[in-house]
Amino acid sequence: MRAADALCEALKAEGVEHVFGIPGGANLPTYDALYDADLVHIQARHEQCAGHAAEGYAKASGRVGVAMATSGPGATNLVTPIADAMMDSVPTVFVTGQVRTDLIGTDGFQEADVTGITLPVVKHSLLVTDPRQIPDYIHEAFHIASTGRPGPVLVDVPQDLSRAEIDYTPIEGTPELPGYKPPTEGNIKQIRIAAKALANARRPVIYGGGGIVNADASEEFREFCSSDRLPVTLTVMGLGAFPAPHEQWLGMLGMHGTRTANYAMDEADLIVCVGARFDDRITGKLSEFAPRAKFVHIDVDPAEISKNVPAHIPIVGDAADVLPKMTREYRALNPDSSRLEEWWKRIRDWQTTYPLRYEDSPDSEIKPQFMVEAMYEATDGDAIITSDVGQHQMWAAQYYHFTEPRRWLNSGGLGTMGFGLPAAIGAKVARPDDTVVCLAGDGSLVMVCQEFATAAFHNIPVKVFLMNNGHFGMVRQWQELFWDERYKSVEMGPSPNWPKLAEAFGWTGMQCTDKSQLRESMQTALETDGPVLLDVHVTKDENCFPMIPAGAAARDMVG
Amino acid sequence: MMGEPGTQDLVRLEDLEASRQLTGRKHILSLLVENKPGVLARIAGLFSRRGFNIDTLAVGPTEDPDVSRITLTLDGAVHPIDQVTKQLHKLVNVIKIRDMEPDGTVAREMALFRVSAAVESRAEIMQFADIYEAKIVDVSRRSLTVEVTGSQDKIDSFERMVRPHGLIEMARTGEVAITKSRPEH
Ligand SMILES: Cc1cc2nc3c(=O)[nH]c(=O)nc-3n(C[C@H](O)[C@H](O)[C@H](O)COP(=O)(O)OP(=O)(O)OC[C@H]3O[C@@H](n4cnc5c(N)ncnc54)[C@H](O)[C@@H]3O)c2cc1C
Ligand SMILES: Cc1ncc(C[n+]2csc(CCOP(=O)(O)OP(=O)(O)O)c2C)c(N)n1
Repeated sequence: MRAADALCEALKAEGVEHVFGIPGGANLPTYDALYDADLVHIQARHEQCAGHAAEGYAKASGRVGVAMATSGPGATNLVTPIADAMMDSVPTVFVTGQVRTDLIGTDGFQEADVTGITLPVVKHSLLVTDPRQIPDYIHEAFHIASTGRPGPVLVDVPQDLSRAEIDYTPIEGTPELPGYKPPTEGNIKQIRIAAKALANARRPVIYGGGGIVNADASEEFREFCSSDRLPVTLTVMGLGAFPAPHEQWLGMLGMHGTRTANYAMDEADLIVCVGARFDDRITGKLSEFAPRAKFVHIDVDPAEISKNVPAHIPIVGDAADVLPKMTREYRALNPDSSRLEEWWKRIRDWQTTYPLRYEDSPDSEIKPQFMVEAMYEATDGDAIITSDVGQHQMWAAQYYHFTEPRRWLNSGGLGTMGFGLPAAIGAKVARPDDTVVCLAGDGSLVMVCQEFATAAFHNIPVKVFLMNNGHFGMVRQWQELFWDERYKSVEMGPSPNWPKLAEAFGWTGMQCTDKSQLRESMQTALETDGPVLLDVHVTKDENCFPMIPAGAAARDMVG
Repeated sequence: MMGEPGTQDLVRLEDLEASRQLTGRKHILSLLVENKPGVLARIAGLFSRRGFNIDTLAVGPTEDPDVSRITLTLDGAVHPIDQVTKQLHKLVNVIKIRDMEPDGTVAREMALFRVSAAVESRAEIMQFADIYEAKIVDVSRRSLTVEVTGSQDKIDSFERMVRPHGLIEMARTGEVAITKSRPEH
């Protein structure tokens, strides 16, 4: 069969039902194959957004997301989502067209060395040099993208090779890759030592991250945390792995985390890190990070261990394998829970003294935090929420109390503005029965607003709740706090008429400027068929607090 | 029977130590890599991206045509070697990495030196060559080209000897290394 058809067959053999992309000269054979293939192609309006949609699809479902683009500009438009998927460990496969093999290296029309350009931001990439490799590489790409620490894999397919005739039978089992053996099982001796240290700790903190979500190990994580009264905090990426309203819950940690979580890290004697990577948004000033603590570090990627913070008890393995063993070992020690009494007293003190709070407006003005709370109520705390990057993202993390994993999709590591809308589209495609709401920033949304067309064209009923503060709010906040209020290029100027803009693309457009109307507006938006944009005018100069200034220590939290 | 709560069976936190990051010595890493397009670019890219400095790098075939060997030397006083090898391991085309034990390793480098050799110093340079078991591989009226093989130290020391005479050009391969076979019983 034609190699391009084999490519589609291989995708189907991997269980793919949806792909996101944009066609062009170099991937025409693939699109010709898609004409007959039993695959749903979602036609994005910018390759970057095809990529983010694939990420949203993957994050919401745990399955591999697939995006396609043509050579040259199509492929270079994918660089941002590829880098984003790398930073946030999102299982994704990107299939790019490449110019004909006889043109490679000649600066041919729409030639770009996309494997070269993306080398630093892929988990792996495969440049096809023989048509028979095409389906094999797809299988390899899926295997690599989805196992171990997940990530993006690029398959670059020259146009002529995808037109060649080849024999294809789907491979059985997993591909043989001599240099790729991701660890799975944690070392039981290490696990035992960790359990014994934890049972002796008087001020322990469990610090979980996106790895728990990746591993689909939230149940196991909850089980482990509840084997004693262990205080739990999560990163932005881990939210939902542990239910936010819970008596052991300290709140999120890090730059915009709660004082309780950050102070607990600061005073902890043992920190058990599960599937998190000691990002600088967590550690702040490294030399003053958790100065009294010893560290247990559970991660599937050995290179994460001791990368930023030296681990005392490293455990390399899949969280889904390690956590149940930890729970068993820990329980078997019959630990004395009363040793945590003092610690909990201290934690409760912080919780009462420093709850998350904001000053609500006395009038009709909508405070951004209030908007997130209203969203939480309107959706019963039960929607898939995507977000862009900025203040609204952090307020969502603080005030939308996630109780389940894969309900909070955001760009944490790369911090890509414009992630929210395409990710929502991808998430809704993956989970059509769930309510999917994008909490957008007005600075971010305008970067990707052509994707209104994608949702309208394919009738993907996502809801966009736009937190419209007329600013690049997060940058404005930094200029206010750390750059002497020298505001430069942070005002959005004349705002587009958002409801009309959405309507121009075939959406329902709505607006709300009055606090007393907000819940009802949201309710209406959620109940209206098809894609809906709700433009919510919020306070223009609210700051997101609390905050650890960049490079400072937890003790120096402000706000 | 379960242990009493808080018995000495538990691990004392004070006793826990994190492993040391810097070893303080030179390391030779021997990598077996799949002979695929772009492998070297991946490795070089990883080093520049992570800020690791390679002192020497040598690439060549092995007994298996699908596999190449890359030998790297780096300074363990500057880089956490453990982190370097773990990052390298993440490259899918890297099959095997060996951090060569100094005592169990035969390491060799080859170097070519073109040294200015006026008539009066020619004999002395040839004498050095002799001592270092080096070969004169090219001769001209004003210069000698010497081929030296040996450990990095030996080549460094040869360089120091001939430099005063006027070192016109030097080319070094970087070390390649192989483990010593175990003594047979
Ligand atoms: C404006 C802004 C502000 C931010 N502020 C904060 C903040 O206040 N607090 C905060 O937490 N973050 C914040 N972030 C996000 C931050 O930049 C990082 O993205 C985040 O902290 C990383 O989360 P993580 O450590 O859970 O790692 P992830 O990036 O989610 O990585 C997951 C880790 O788990 C491992 N892993 C993957 N799969 C498995 C498995 N199966 N088993 C075991 N381990 C696995 C991976 O190897 C990796 O080490 C902010 C981002 C932005 C854009
Ligand atoms: C693509 C991209 N460009 C620039 C930035 C830097 N940046 C971070 S937050 C931010 C402002 C975001 O504004 P908005 O989307 O309106 O959200 P707000 O902070 O106002 O809630 C900017 C410009 C970024 N993260 N991503």
